Amino acid sequence: MPAKQAAKTKKEDFWELRLYVAGQTPHSTLAFANLKKICEAHLAGKYSIQVIDLLENPKLARGDQILAIPTLVRRLPEPVRKIIGDLSNTERALVGLDIRPRNPDAS
Amino acid sequence: MRNRPAKDSTPLKGLEKVPTGISGLDEITGGGLPKGRPTLVCGAAGCGKTMMGIAFLTHGALEQNEPGVFMAFEETAEELTTNVASLGIDLGQLMARKKLIVDSVRLERSELEETGEYDLSGLFIRLGEAIDSIGAKRVVLDTIEVLFAGLLNHGIVRAELRRLFRWLKDKGVTALITAEQGNGGGLTRYGLEEYVADCVIRLDQRVTDQISTRRLRIVKYRGSAHGTNEYPFLITAHGVSVLPVTSMGLEHQASTKRIGTGVPRLDTLLGGKGYYRGSSVLVSGGAGTGKTTLAAAFAAATCRRGERCLYITFEESASQILRNMRSVGIELEPFVKKGLLQFHPVRPTTQGLESHLAAIHDLVARFQPTAVVTDPVTNLTTVGSVQDVRATLSRLIDFLKERQITLLSTSLTSGGANEEQSEVGVSSLMDTWLLVRNMESNGERSRGLYILKSRGMAHSNQVREFVLSDKGVQLIDVYTGGGSVLSGSARVAQLERERLEEVLGRQQAEAKRAAIRHRRAAVHAQIESLKADLVSADQELKHLETASAIRRQEASRARAEMAQSRMADVDRVRRRK
Repeated sequence: MPAKQAAKTKKEDFWELRLYVAGQTPHSTLAFANLKKICEAHLAGKYSIQVIDLLENPKLARGDQILAIPTLVRRLPEPVRKIIGDLSNTERALVGLDIRPRNPDAS
Repeated sequence: MRNRPAKDSTPLKGLEKVPTGISGLDEITGGGLPKGRPTLVCGAAGCGKTMMGIAFLTHGALEQNEPGVFMAFEETAEELTTNVASLGIDLGQLMARKKLIVDSVRLERSELEETGEYDLSGLFIRLGEAIDSIGAKRVVLDTIEVLFAGLLNHGIVRAELRRLFRWLKDKGVTALITAEQGNGGGLTRYGLEEYVADCVIRLDQRVTDQISTRRLRIVKYRGSAHGTNEYPFLITAHGVSVLPVTSMGLEHQASTKRIGTGVPRLDTLLGGKGYYRGSSVLVSGGAGTGKTTLAAAFAAATCRRGERCLYITFEESASQILRNMRSVGIELEPFVKKGLLQFHPVRPTTQGLESHLAAIHDLVARFQPTAVVTDPVTNLTTVGSVQDVRATLSRLIDFLKERQITLLSTSLTSGGANEEQSEVGVSSLMDTWLLVRNMESNGERSRGLYILKSRGMAHSNQVREFVLSDKGVQLIDVYTGGGSVLSGSARVAQLERERLEEVLGRQQAEAKRAAIRHRRAAVHAQIESLKADLVSADQELKHLETASAIRRQEASRARAEMAQSRMADVDRVRRRK
């Protein structure tokens, strides 16, 4: 319910994404590439991606409850969602980000 | 070191171990968990895996200066802190002192989407960061199997766990990993024992006859000898403890010191000095024979010497015993107030035998008594077979003997049965065995006490009557004269009868003596009168002789006179005369 009320606000239209990686691993680079592709296709102009390297900020792993690498966290719109893996399965990534079903509903 | 163990110059050095601080476990494992290696603790829900992990970490943090990391997959740090507070462990303080880090991992399947390949580097980084930030030497992962439930790709989880355990070894931390018990034959649900191969401990909670007991078994311990039995494992308000059985033996020193029984006459029966210190005493008897009273007398005697006594009662509450003993003149309350006497009332059915034993261990360790009373030990058969009770008692006896603690157990014998056999089979374990029995005769019951055995002392073989009055416990000689044994009022009556008979006899003898005295006096009188007769006869005789002499003189004088007068030849007459 609160999510729908929040949908009216401006925040709803902005997607704040964080990608947690651990160094430049093939999984991480692949994940970033896949994420970029998905966002451009579905969220063009209303998203931001922050890449966090846990090797540089190991404390964040505990703070943000990260286990798997790579992990994509949708911080906005709420609720927070997590997607792990290299995002190679676009279908599941969209479900995880809650993009596909929302598109026909909201405008 | 691991590469060439065979060429090691000191091959007998063996595996280094890390003490867990769990009393008993370190004994079974010969020092603790393998240092720098992961140990798997598996068991069903609620059998104490988490508690064991917490105990391991707190001991390290407080006693060994080894900080620890607790990675909780099932609970939050707050929940954990609350849960272990009941065991007297303050996690918050440990965390504040940088001795402990609790990292609770939240893994919700519903909040998570998996797309493609990943690894668990995040976990490694988290753990690594926590370990490095406080220099942790101990790590607990509780319960890492949650990963299998939270993540779909089990292939990845398995590979990552293998890598994790390898990594923990390389880090040199001693890790304790908990896992759920497998549904089938396996030790763990997801076969973690394949990865953690150094030491596997299995916890188990079993319910027999509605009583549950936690048990611990070391399934394997690579590179170390270890106890192989199942050991009772206890979580109490004072922490976690394991009760090792094999650590007990028959090596205890036998004391020659003697201690009073609380009943002076009983001391006399037992060679004059009472029980041996550190011996085990069994008081057996039927219902209402005064077993508890003897036990209380012993407890009171112990406290009077200024020593502590632990009174474990399986039947009555403390206040009930206090009241009942007051009625026979044994005041225990002052000792309770002084802290010398501690009651531990517990229903046998509240826990299994093992737990009872462990609880007693715990109490003894904290209270440090010199004497322990268990009353009555036969009640334990409600929670175990006779063999179990016997085994439990033998362990209790060994445990107490090692510490020179005197044990007095009472044992109820079922009426009618052979009183010397219906024990719970413990009599052979006991050093001193007192039997209190009801002796029924002439419509009344009295109590008889005798010593069936008492090792190492010259004791009396006689039955004593055991009298409970408001003046306390007394032992009285039973009547053994005339080929019969009498007690109670029969004894009193018999003694009365004997007294009467004696009085009568005395009177008769007196009368007889008087009669004889009379007769003697009479004879004396006779003798006197005869003597008088004799004297008078003598006198008579004398008189007669004198008279005749006079007569003769007179006669001769008359003849002479006549002759003179006749002028006869006097000379002739004189000469003839």
